[in-house]
Amino acid sequence: MIPEIGEFALIIALLLSVVLAVVPMYGATTANEMWMSYARPLAMGQFLFVIVSFICLGYAFAQDDFSVVYVAQHSNSQMPIQFKLSAIWGGHEGSLLLWALILCGWTFAVSRFSKALPLDMLARVLSVMGIIATGFISFLLITSSPFERYLPRFPADGADLNPLLQDFGLIVHPPMLYMGYVGFSVAFAFAIAALLSGRMDAAWARWSRPWTNVAWAFLGLGITLGSWWAYYELGWGGWWFWDPVENASLMPWLVGTALVHSLAVTEKRGVFKSWTLLLAIFAFSLSLLGTFLVRSGVLTSVHAFASDPERGFFILMLLAITMGGSLTLYAFKAPSVKSESSFSWLSREVLLLVNNVFLTVMAVTVLLGTLYPLLIDALGQGKISVGPPYFNAVFVPIMGTMAIAMGVSVAVRWRETSTETVLKTLWLPAVISLLMGLIFPFVYGSGFDMRVFLGISVSLWIISTVVSEFIGKFRNAQTLSSRLSQLSMSYYGMMLAHIGVAVTAIGITLVSTYSEERDMRMAKGDSVELAGYQFTFQGTQVVKGANYMADQATIEVTEDGQSVVTLHPEKRRYNVKRNMMTEADIDAGLFRDLYVALGEPLNEGEAWAVRVHYKPYVRWLWLGGILMALGGLLTAADKRYRKSSRKQESVHA
Amino acid sequence: MLMNKLTLGLLVLFCSSVSLAAIDVYQFDDPEKEKRFQELAYELRCPKCQNQNIADSNAEIAKDLRTKIQQMLVADKTNPEIIDYMVERYGDFVLYEPRVKPQTYLLWYGPALFLLLGLAIILWVIRGRRQSKESTAGNGVVLTTTEAKQLDALLNTKKGKQS
Repeated sequence: MIPEIGEFALIIALLLSVVLAVVPMYGATTANEMWMSYARPLAMGQFLFVIVSFICLGYAFAQDDFSVVYVAQHSNSQMPIQFKLSAIWGGHEGSLLLWALILCGWTFAVSRFSKALPLDMLARVLSVMGIIATGFISFLLITSSPFERYLPRFPADGADLNPLLQDFGLIVHPPMLYMGYVGFSVAFAFAIAALLSGRMDAAWARWSRPWTNVAWAFLGLGITLGSWWAYYELGWGGWWFWDPVENASLMPWLVGTALVHSLAVTEKRGVFKSWTLLLAIFAFSLSLLGTFLVRSGVLTSVHAFASDPERGFFILMLLAITMGGSLTLYAFKAPSVKSESSFSWLSREVLLLVNNVFLTVMAVTVLLGTLYPLLIDALGQGKISVGPPYFNAVFVPIMGTMAIAMGVSVAVRWRETSTETVLKTLWLPAVISLLMGLIFPFVYGSGFDMRVFLGISVSLWIISTVVSEFIGKFRNAQTLSSRLSQLSMSYYGMMLAHIGVAVTAIGITLVSTYSEERDMRMAKGDSVELAGYQFTFQGTQVVKGANYMADQATIEVTEDGQSVVTLHPEKRRYNVKRNMMTEADIDAGLFRDLYVALGEPLNEGEAWAVRVHYKPYVRWLWLGGILMALGGLLTAADKRYRKSSRKQESVHA
Repeated sequence: MLMNKLTLGLLVLFCSSVSLAAIDVYQFDDPEKEKRFQELAYELRCPKCQNQNIADSNAEIAKDLRTKIQQMLVADKTNPEIIDYMVERYGDFVLYEPRVKPQTYLLWYGPALFLLLGLAIILWVIRGRRQSKESTAGNGVVLTTTEAKQLDALLNTKKGKQS
């Protein structure tokens, strides 16, 4: 009964989204205020019914209702309750339902928190989101309903969730990632509404910007969480694999980063409007493309999600309609967009344009590398692979150059800056970062290392330029506190995010240069030395978990005879699917991780294969990701987005 | 990355768990070769698995290839010789770093080309923009006067005056 209610609620949500897609939009074109005012209640109703549907599915999982196909395939009565609930998005159908839920959530949020928005703009934005919801909910209902039943005979117990997914990572990573993916639909809807109404001015950028920044922050957080999850869960200590699925999330993030910057220029200076619109369209289209690539199975033929060509076709159609429709609209409307202000060679506008070019080229490169094997295969030129060596070779120089431009950009003002001023601000950071970069490999490592020199110099360059700019702001300040409060929240957000980039860059540089690993065969009492740490194997014992049995090893770590930590990596055998899982144990630290994973027993359990890693500064990768996301959120929290627009305008006019 | 993990999960199912990657059974006479061994194992793709290098893969074939690399290194083969050997048997598919040849020109030179194109567009935009200078307020002002007027106009329409 409950699953049927869920399905029924989803059907009602679909009907509401169809009405939302049509009525307010029609009202906006005919200036019918009553029709436009339907947008808010419709957004709320749509959200409510998807929530009902989602709760019904959650209930089916919690109650172990294995007559529901999706529950039977992704859950098991032995699973702990938190994993039963997160198993809602452990498969294709449920993650689509989560996607729809988040989409309707964003729609509802826009309807609630945009009091300053003119009614016709709001109506158009919500209608565009209603169109997207119509597409996705019908996709759910037609090809991937999570409420289908095994009737009359259903299994006594579920097939269990993939053990890799029975983890805290599954609880937090997909919702964050989807918040980002789907959040770009808001930026997209604002762009389409702007094109439709012909109002593509600074005000439009101001409305759209906080939403875009929040979505971008969530996407970054989602990617960061995913990287961290892969690191601790997969058992081989990698944190980024350039896997097609990772690339699918990186592309919208890169374009989103470009969009966040471009929106800033459009808001502050009223330039690059058509470019900003285009980026907003592409950020969301790439989110859809990512979904298509992952779900349709064109990329990895043995993909767990990619079961059905029909689904792939449906998403491809959605993508074609979205991109085709929006780009056609863009082609007709965008040329009429005019920019009002000018700038010179050395201005923040130009540097932000440079940033946009670099980020776009990076996104295109990821796309190229991801699709190239398909292209070559389709042309009958054989099978090739494009993997980490390619992406690293292409990305590192582009990112390095962009990092240099990042440092310059904070020292440069809008419109025009004299070369003299820039040099005056920048010479000290340049000297400091180059010197420190030069010294670092000698102090930390065993001698000069070009990669470390470049990586550290560039990262310190980003940090020191931000700091020197910040100090420069106080030169003429009367009191410290008055100056601190004068600086806007979005300024602090920018600084934080840029420092985040540097922190991540330091992490990448150091962990990829100074990591050490050993694969060892260890019997009781054996020990191995790695990076000054002594790892001693103390044997294994059998441990019983909720739905698995595990061999748990005890490994003592000492440094110069002093005990550091005792690690307990596990080898788990899950009861239902009988598959083995490596559960690594990590001693995490700000400056280094000690990472131990247990392999297979050798010689009937006398000895074990053990992999030991020493990972310096690996936490900095994710720390930087968190700082970037916080920066994005801080910018969105700027007062000027909350004040009524009228007040704001009278201050500056 | 969720899906990535699912793929890997599948691989765990398909490639029966023989061991957690290579155990330290590969002996080398000098540490430089050991380093080359690790590099090669990370850059070659396991021909049977979906998307894993042969260092991380548990599959039998990856294990065989690791042994082969070790033997060739001990026999003083160079990296290009080892890679050629692998490509000869398993095709370009095993190379995570595709070779530069006519089919991959776009892949390798594309990014540089796009970058140049982008920078050319920037130059073009700036040249156009420098022509039309106009006096607006200086730094720190959030909206230019024109924009403020537009905003004003917008806010007026909010009161129901639709165009």
